[in-house]
Amino acid sequence: MHAFQLIAAGTPGAGTTFIAGGTDLLQLMKNNVIAPDQVVDLAGAHLRGITATSIELRLGALETMADVAAHPEVRRGWPAISQALLLSASPQIRNMGTMGGNLLQRTRCVYFRDTAFACNKRHPGSGCPAIAGENREHAILGASDSCIATHPSDFPVALMAMGAGVAITAAGGGTRVVPLADFYRLPGDTPEIETILQPGDVITQIVVPASEAAKRSVYMKVRDRSSFAYALASAAVAIEIRDNRILHAGIALGGVAPMPWRAAKAEQALIGATADAAAFEHAGRLATEGARAAGMNAYKIALAQRAVTRALMEAAHPTAETGVL
Amino acid sequence: MTDLNPTRRTVLCAVAGMSVLPDVPQNALAQTPPSHTALSVTLRINGADIARPIEVRTTLLEFLREQTALTGTKKGCDQGSCGACTVHIDGHRVVSCLTLAARCQGHEVTTIEGLAQGDVLHPMQAAFVAHDGMQCGYCTPGQVMSAVALVKEGHTGTDDEIREWMSGNLCRCGAYPNIVAAIRDVADHTPARG
Repeated sequence: MHAFQLIAAGTPGAGTTFIAGGTDLLQLMKNNVIAPDQVVDLAGAHLRGITATSIELRLGALETMADVAAHPEVRRGWPAISQALLLSASPQIRNMGTMGGNLLQRTRCVYFRDTAFACNKRHPGSGCPAIAGENREHAILGASDSCIATHPSDFPVALMAMGAGVAITAAGGGTRVVPLADFYRLPGDTPEIETILQPGDVITQIVVPASEAAKRSVYMKVRDRSSFAYALASAAVAIEIRDNRILHAGIALGGVAPMPWRAAKAEQALIGATADAAAFEHAGRLATEGARAAGMNAYKIALAQRAVTRALMEAAHPTAETGVL
Repeated sequence: MTDLNPTRRTVLCAVAGMSVLPDVPQNALAQTPPSHTALSVTLRINGADIARPIEVRTTLLEFLREQTALTGTKKGCDQGSCGACTVHIDGHRVVSCLTLAARCQGHEVTTIEGLAQGDVLHPMQAAFVAHDGMQCGYCTPGQVMSAVALVKEGHTGTDDEIREWMSGNLCRCGAYPNIVAAIRDVADHTPARG
């Protein structure tokens, strides 16, 4: 880890980064993936609080993954958020990791994390060894010829299915709320730019609308082992059903794209449909429309489809399957 | 050394000390930091205030092991994956390898050394001994710290629940069944919360 200056507040600029929970930041710094000169400590910022109303859920950016996951209102009104958080990382990491930080977790692409390799995200223009390399864990949707890395977090996948927004305060003090769907940027020719955040911007809150669909939301995660592993594919769904007809559907995929991937076409196909296996299987297929395998990750297409279908089945007919221990 | 009953640690420290060349600074390989990255901190560890000058980049794990000789906390992966460095901050279990020491000021740090009351082991430590919850022992301090927190959190409903909530602690010897048995034993003898 390179030396740096730790400050409570300061003027953000080149070479400056923020620290909240620090779980990803310290790994990146220890591995010299990043080497900031200045780290601004957010610990003193007043960015906590979990408030749930009949209209929305507001999560302070510094709330921990553990506290949000265990919150009774979150579990009741937005269960997929709690499930996604409890299926993330380990109990220790969940006591440290924060809401804002989880949105900004960097990819786990092994080439990005290892400075011995070229990486267009780390060094723009240096090349992407993953495209013709070990790409079993890489993206099937939204990737480019420059980068096929996935976004690793579970929590924002649940947020994407529920139409959440991100409140951001700029260095000058102005605050804006951006739909999460507009927060991330696909790699294209500039994989080093991952979000719309400008230097000095700080995520202050996450805002999630309340709805019947959110109450009936489910997060389904598939991974190599049953705990403490990143998603190979995951699905978050939020559906409202009346008289066995689907009135509203929110669907997002995780572990398969450079950002939490909203499956708008699958959502639209479900509106008005009968809530049955045929409709859910159809939605699964639509959710991966346009998917392109890089080689070793071809299995993810079927895996993601089935994750969507299973999550929808679980939301429509709850069993103990998604119960988190 | 005047210790008549030397522990493994005091012997290891003495042996290590003999092998250090006197005219080679021990941190010669470390990059010399700019002065503004050094600071003086006071950390409250196991009920005692400990003041040390440190570099900002010092992790809590390094602070414990290298600045205060509290070597019970172990460095395994140093990446937050293995849990060998688990300690409690304000009663919550965290990995000390991903925690900056400078950010721990004003908080209560508890390490494995802070569990026992004198010569009386914490019930979880005693249970690990009774159930043989270890083989090489390297992961054990982290396992015990995690297990103590787990019981307090109330995640002991089933053995599967215990396994899930111990997933942040790896054991390469594979002592898992006995670790679960030790935790089960303590949980069954701990009054329910609330």
